[in-house]
Amino acid sequence: MTSRVNGTLATLLLLFTTMVFSGCEDTAPKPRLETAKAKSESCVEPTGVMRRTHMDFIKHQRDETMYKGIRTQKHSFKECINCHVPDKKDGKPVNYLDSNHNLNPDHFCATCHAYVGVKIDCFECHSDNPAGAAPVDANHAVGGSHE
Amino acid sequence: MSNIDAYRRRFLLGAGIASVATVAPGLVLRQVNAKPADEAVTDQKRWGMLIDVDKLPNGGQGVVDACKAEHGWGHEEHSNAEQKTQWVRTVKVTEKLTKHEFKLPVMCQHCETAPCADVCPTGASFKRVDGIVLVNKHICIGCRYCMMACPYKARSLVHEAIFDQKPDTPRGKGTVEACTLCVHKIDAGEQPACVASSNGAIVFGDLKDESSEISKQLKARGGKQIRADLGLNTGVRYQGI
Ligand code: SF4
Ligand code: SF4
Repeated sequence: MTSRVNGTLATLLLLFTTMVFSGCEDTAPKPRLETAKAKSESCVEPTGVMRRTHMDFIKHQRDETMYKGIRTQKHSFKECINCHVPDKKDGKPVNYLDSNHNLNPDHFCATCHAYVGVKIDCFECHSDNPAGAAPVDANHAVGGSHE
Repeated sequence: MSNIDAYRRRFLLGAGIASVATVAPGLVLRQVNAKPADEAVTDQKRWGMLIDVDKLPNGGQGVVDACKAEHGWGHEEHSNAEQKTQWVRTVKVTEKLTKHEFKLPVMCQHCETAPCADVCPTGASFKRVDGIVLVNKHICIGCRYCMMACPYKARSLVHEAIFDQKPDTPRGKGTVEACTLCVHKIDAGEQPACVASSNGAIVFGDLKDESSEISKQLKARGGKQIRADLGLNTGVRYQGI
């Protein structure tokens, strides 16, 4: 009796798993990170470090800037945008949301945040594009390089 | 005119601002030296502005325009007139007795003992050690206590989603904002935008440095606080009011 139930369960599970996997495509849209290289050869930290901890760098620098007026470029949010987001595309600023208010795959931050499904709050207040900021100093690069 | 504006005008009038019009001598703007970007600000300085109302055309409308252009506020599309942000405004004052009228631009006065920071429940409103009063919007919850506490009606709440901000001026829905004394420019060793556009009518500088132009001007000619009776020791001072 028990073994029959188990057998049925196992069959169901197998069926279910097959259904789930057959619904998956192996061509999930990848983040389009090539825009990262638009202005400089390397980032301020190695790529792996940035992928894991960019939010910590930005948050640390945020308090340094807010309370102490420290405005070094290395971990500055403004510089991230300045370097990673093109000034213009087809004559228009590249915003993190497209006209339908979906994350814009042309925007460096948005493309990856869409891929991992993490909401991005920064741009509710911060400018999402260089908006005429001084051109980036490509020599700001310290450490790491893009893969 | 909204009720708040009417109240505000009465408030300013009640402040007992005497009209001591003095013709100002030519002002020389002093170049402020930039601190290195990695150096923290210190309490060795206290930034302030001295506004000569007589020298400002149109009651200081140019100050409002320069501030708008620098920070991009005031373009909200879905907010009504009372909700729209206003970092600086011109206020007309009429002396009851003499009917003498004048206008002055009023922005955050960068109070030494800032009531806005006192009442803030999260610590978002704070005074930097060099005297600049700011809102840390990362921790502002939009409760607006500071707006109620500010005697100068210097602050606004952003009522709608904002797009296309200026890179140096983050602004967003649900947070309070006010004149930052153009802190991003000060940190870069530059003058605030309104000062730079004022043709010498506004002097900016370090109130703690006796040799600064602003200290010399204040020593020679004085500079009034609006509502001096509140004892807030404001960083923004006026001549000609
Ligand atoms: S003028 Fe108002 S907002 Fe500015 S420091 Fe004083 S109380 Fe705060
Ligand atoms: S100092 Fe800057 S923020 Fe303050 S009123 Fe002048 S332009 Fe506006």
